Amino acid sequence: MSGGMLGRGVAITYLSLVVLIPLAAVAWASGEGGPGEFWSAVTTPEALSALRLTFGAALAVVAINAAMGTLIAWVLVRDSFRGRGLVNSIIDLPFALPTIVASLTLLVLYGPGSPVGIDVAYSPVAVVVALLFVTLPFVVRAVQPVLMELDTDMEEAAASLGAGRFTIFRRIILPNLAPAIFSGAGLSFARSIGEFGAVVLVTGNIPFETQVASVYIFGRIEGGDIPAAAAVSVVLLAFSLLALVGMNVLQGRWLRHEG
Amino acid sequence: MGITVRNVSKRFGEFVALDEVSLEIPNGSLTALLGPSGSGKSTLLRVIAGLEEPDAGEVVISGEDKTRTPPQRRGVGFVFQHYAAFKHMTVWENVAFGLEIRKRPKEQIRKRVGELLELVQLAGFAHRYPAQLSGGQRQRMALARALAIEPEVLLLDEPFGALDATVRKELRSWLRRLHEEMPVTTVLVTHDQEEAMEVANEIVVMNHARVEQVGTPEEIYESPASEFVMSFVGPVTRMRDALIRPHDVEILLDGDDSTVPAAVDGVLHLGFEVRVHLRLSGGEDLWAQIPRRTARELDLKPGDRVHVRASRSRTFA
Repeated sequence: MSGGMLGRGVAITYLSLVVLIPLAAVAWASGEGGPGEFWSAVTTPEALSALRLTFGAALAVVAINAAMGTLIAWVLVRDSFRGRGLVNSIIDLPFALPTIVASLTLLVLYGPGSPVGIDVAYSPVAVVVALLFVTLPFVVRAVQPVLMELDTDMEEAAASLGAGRFTIFRRIILPNLAPAIFSGAGLSFARSIGEFGAVVLVTGNIPFETQVASVYIFGRIEGGDIPAAAAVSVVLLAFSLLALVGMNVLQGRWLRHEG
Repeated sequence: MGITVRNVSKRFGEFVALDEVSLEIPNGSLTALLGPSGSGKSTLLRVIAGLEEPDAGEVVISGEDKTRTPPQRRGVGFVFQHYAAFKHMTVWENVAFGLEIRKRPKEQIRKRVGELLELVQLAGFAHRYPAQLSGGQRQRMALARALAIEPEVLLLDEPFGALDATVRKELRSWLRRLHEEMPVTTVLVTHDQEEAMEVANEIVVMNHARVEQVGTPEEIYESPASEFVMSFVGPVTRMRDALIRPHDVEILLDGDDSTVPAAVDGVLHLGFEVRVHLRLSGGEDLWAQIPRRTARELDLKPGDRVHVRASRSRTFA
């Protein structure tokens, strides 16, 4: 078993160096002035506004992704049309593209002087649009393989028992996709609350209007206020962690039924 | 009334799955569609269920033309080879599904599901999930689920195909008993001739998208309509131009006008029967299946010279 021990040791050391120690350092930095200072740092009007916008936008993104991501996955798996392969490879583009490039693209397309006549730049809508762009693949890629594996016998069985198309979707397909949808949605949420590159150009970073938490943190660091930056960072971290843990708990519960 | 299939054809691209198939399935019968894979038997079953739409022809169930009726409104219970269990529902919820769709009163659903679980011997498993059941239990659950809606016909697509041999045998005789208690018109698809003979009171032999023969297990075995049917429903060996069942090959120590000389090639003892491999004087091989007792009397050994006679044989054009 010494090989196992060695492997475990390396894995834990690596995880600690790359993830755990930096996170602990941030938590430490946020708590340097005691809980009172931490609390006042995260409840300044500007910080609160940034956090509110961040979580509001992230929740909107999660809801839209859950619905649209499932729909796109459905079309990619169940429909056959010319160019399906192409569409399928475009899905991953937001992951491959540097996020700052995405932000620039969105600014050109949906900013002042937009060639399509839509100007949402420097508004909260821009935040949501930018986040939708970078998180598109999460739900699609989580749902797609599950949908491919999904036994169409189940749907035929339900049909022969009298279930119409809508009932089959609601009672047979959706419950089987739910774990994957939640998993993709949880990842979109975690990604959304921390996104910087994609939002920084297109939103204009106007305090109390379009400034998200990550940009607020960046501003505090530039201004030399490290404890305030760390405090807001810890709030983001806590919510990300919560989303991921919640996702795992739900999945564990679902997996018990699978064979 | 039963089921009437009239001139049904179905293609999948270039592949012809059903070629003008016509069939009468009597009310209350237990019919097996028997054939090799690709013979069209599963497609025919799915056409009857409405899961596949025929290119031509019609399907009449209990006197009503159901050719264009969607599966939801055919009153057909369907059981799949791989169970098609609703994985996210308990056994109870699986069986109750069709009744809930029909918006039956809660009390009635509770009673009916209870009875069905009793019938399929799963009363103690109501709150388990399909993943926690064995294959045989899952298939019994699927059967209860199909029966819950009181179907006019019950269709089973290779229902025991995914189960191991012991469970398969058990379920066959159980299905037979169930059908005697509850004689709903039942059609079973299988590629296993032994299963067809054991379970069904009528067999439809299919090959290459067509029906080869319809008859009772005895008729199919004793009077096969074609060489294909004869060789598909039981062992055959060849003697000159005729096909013969190995148990109809007689081995004699002394020859006469009706016998052909042969040499013993090998003797295999397989429990209740003994298999004797023979070579005719012309160099052709055939084999005979003889009872243990006869084998003992003949005391055959490889190299022995004997005489054989076909007590029953058939020649097909």
